Amino acid sequence: MKQGPVAIIECVQEIPCDPCVDSCRQGAITIGEDITQLPQLIEDKCTGCGTCVPGCPGQAIFVVDLNYSKQKALLMIPYEFYPLPKADSKVKALDREGKVVGGAKVLKVMNSKRNDRTPVVSLLVPKELAMKIRHIRF
Amino acid sequence: MREIEFGVIGGGPAGLSAAIEAAKCGVKVAVFDENERPGGQLFKQIHKFFGSREHGAGIRGIDVGTQMLEDAEKHGVEVRLNTAVWGIFDGPKLGISSDQRVSRVSAKKILLATGANENALAFPGWTLPGVMGGGAAQTMINIHRVLPGKRILTVGSGNVGLIVSYQLLQAGAEVVGLVEALPYISGYGVHASKLRKCGVPILTSHTVKEAIGKERVERAVIVKVDENFNPRPRTEKRLTVDTICLAVGLTPMAELAWLAGCEFAYVPELGGHVPVHDDDMQTTLEGVYVAGDLTGIEEAHTAIEEGKVAGIAVAEALGYLTSEKAHELKQKAWGHLDALRKGPFGQKRAEGKVKIKIKERRGDK
Repeated sequence: MKQGPVAIIECVQEIPCDPCVDSCRQGAITIGEDITQLPQLIEDKCTGCGTCVPGCPGQAIFVVDLNYSKQKALLMIPYEFYPLPKADSKVKALDREGKVVGGAKVLKVMNSKRNDRTPVVSLLVPKELAMKIRHIRF
Repeated sequence: MREIEFGVIGGGPAGLSAAIEAAKCGVKVAVFDENERPGGQLFKQIHKFFGSREHGAGIRGIDVGTQMLEDAEKHGVEVRLNTAVWGIFDGPKLGISSDQRVSRVSAKKILLATGANENALAFPGWTLPGVMGGGAAQTMINIHRVLPGKRILTVGSGNVGLIVSYQLLQAGAEVVGLVEALPYISGYGVHASKLRKCGVPILTSHTVKEAIGKERVERAVIVKVDENFNPRPRTEKRLTVDTICLAVGLTPMAELAWLAGCEFAYVPELGGHVPVHDDDMQTTLEGVYVAGDLTGIEEAHTAIEEGKVAGIAVAEALGYLTSEKAHELKQKAWGHLDALRKGPFGQKRAEGKVKIKIKERRGDK
């Protein structure tokens, strides 16, 4: 995987949907002519900024940086629940089936107007769990 | 008798879209809605919509609704709330009632955009308080901000069941599980994933067998089913729940179209009996148009585009648009509709829609 943060698109069904394309200011996501085609990421263009994370109505885009530090990876997830986690707090990390697989530290919570009420939580997670963790609980 | 140019029945996405489109061209439009608020189901859709980014995808339903109401006002659409249309007579004329008064309105053209009803599912205990439609639960949490219960079982894994379950979680309820009689999840995988990552079990090849409780639902009995949907012996499980949400499909609300005498077709993939129509969304009755879920269960964006087609066609028929301009605008909307009906999820609906077309598209002739 490319160095630094990069978007991970977990959109596997051909549904009529394409807002991710416009959510990316770098033009790194393409869908093609039919809006039912699956999104493709041009990794070289992706800066890992994470604006696509709240831009996906299906909450199927995450950002992962496997080279954040020696042991830790950075993970950005969409999180639409109240209360929001606090920066620097420790949270339980859940996998795609909602099972607790470890712990994570909240780096920050981004919730600007651009997020349109889909806050994005940046997490520090163990490297080996970065592709497993998709949700948190606390 | 009051005379209007274009009477729209139903102020949801299809009706509002048609009204806005026609009013933009100069048509005098009145929208009748029996509810106290306009917008149909839009204002309880707090999630970001899918669809094409050119047409409001990624925007929450509630914001789509707000924008449509602003547009309707801007273009001088009259919206009459708490007003039920109970009959359609030759002319066409509408029988309406509001403020406990009955009157008739004559309209040059009318659009039926009455939407759909939630299907029920009968099982022992289904009349207990606590058993409700998924849409009803959604109205409670997102419009009235009241939690229908604390421990919920959802029946049906279509998009409605998946979305409502997720929104119940957001509202603070626990969704104990979601059962689906089919051997697969019928809604979008991304909606299912949002539930799964929160730990909600989705049990395919399962259904609800019974609701148990004295005054209200206290427990639900679920059971595994075989490929013919027959319960498998010794697979029953009891769940402690106080609410059972039924999200087992929708049926077009076609009473007025029946009353008017529209010709119907039975198309199961569109939700049952639906009025046949041409490429202008006009039914077999001159001057009577249809759009939205009444013409087959789909979603808000297809309803909006169908409404657009009807609104343009009405403006054309009333002489507010040249046929060239109308043709161009309709082709555009039809292009969007085709795009929204592509892919494995849209294909069946697209095929169903072909069955209820009574004429070739004007552009194809």
